[in-house]
Amino acid sequence: MQVRVLVRLKPGVLDPQGRAVHHALEGLGFTGVEDVRIGRLIELDVADGTDHDTIKAMCEKLLANTVIESFTIETAGAQG
Amino acid sequence: MAFRAAVITFPGSNCDRDMASAFEAVSGQPALRVWHADADMPDRIDLIALPGGFSYGDYLRSGAMAATSPIMRAVIAAAERGVPVLGVCNGFQVLTEAGLLPGALLRNAGQRFVCRTVALTVENTASPFTAGFTAGETIRVPVAHHDGNYYADSETLDQLENEGRVAFRYGEAVNGSARDIAGVLSANGRVLGMMPHPERAIEPAAVAALGGADGRHLFENILANFATA
Repeated sequence: MQVRVLVRLKPGVLDPQGRAVHHALEGLGFTGVEDVRIGRLIELDVADGTDHDTIKAMCEKLLANTVIESFTIETAGAQG
Repeated sequence: MAFRAAVITFPGSNCDRDMASAFEAVSGQPALRVWHADADMPDRIDLIALPGGFSYGDYLRSGAMAATSPIMRAVIAAAERGVPVLGVCNGFQVLTEAGLLPGALLRNAGQRFVCRTVALTVENTASPFTAGFTAGETIRVPVAHHDGNYYADSETLDQLENEGRVAFRYGEAVNGSARDIAGVLSANGRVLGMMPHPERAIEPAAVAALGGADGRHLFENILANFATA
């Protein structure tokens, strides 16, 4: 079973990487970019039937640092 | 009785020898060296030190992988028993990832690796780590990091300030840290995490050439206040 975990910096947490990429886009002549935030996509291949709570526990214990990051879990056909 | 400091080495640690040398220079006793894959701590440890470096190549987040290593379970258990723990640079990152200290270390606000000697203000002089300093004293200690931008939510920051748990503050702009925080203490004052490297500022002979000797004072405090003899 394929699971995608999207980890994002929480709103209000400074993202210097995003800011640098924002400047670079402007430098390339792209206009109208309001903001850039950089996150992380983690693809997991887990045993069929792995429950949501187990994946959530993986996120909370390791995949995301919930002090600074939020996460969403996407499984085939479901979101949460 | 000999002071027994245990210095942990993770794959990618690169300040572990400096840390061990600092304890040896100040205590006259060899530091014990402990490998990340060890499950147990040596007996009768006076202090555990987590050194700087790039443990596990900073994979996922700085300190995240090290925080899950076998030895960290023993470090957490020891800290819960009251064994003092010092985390410097990557060691500080590991302590926040392991939940022994609040907050997190983000990429430096300026995006650049910062490597220079900086001014620190000693904020707390009540903890065993900092008791020998004068409140408000300025010391100079080298920093060398890319992810040293201390972050915690404002509620946590207020709590740290109110409880006197900000050990050191930067005396100049360094990395964008919230409230210029350079080092924080646990609630019981027995866990200290700091980004600057006191172990790189201990040799009087190197005062002019390197970062000075202000870091030595921290190690002298540790010996004076944590020795179990």
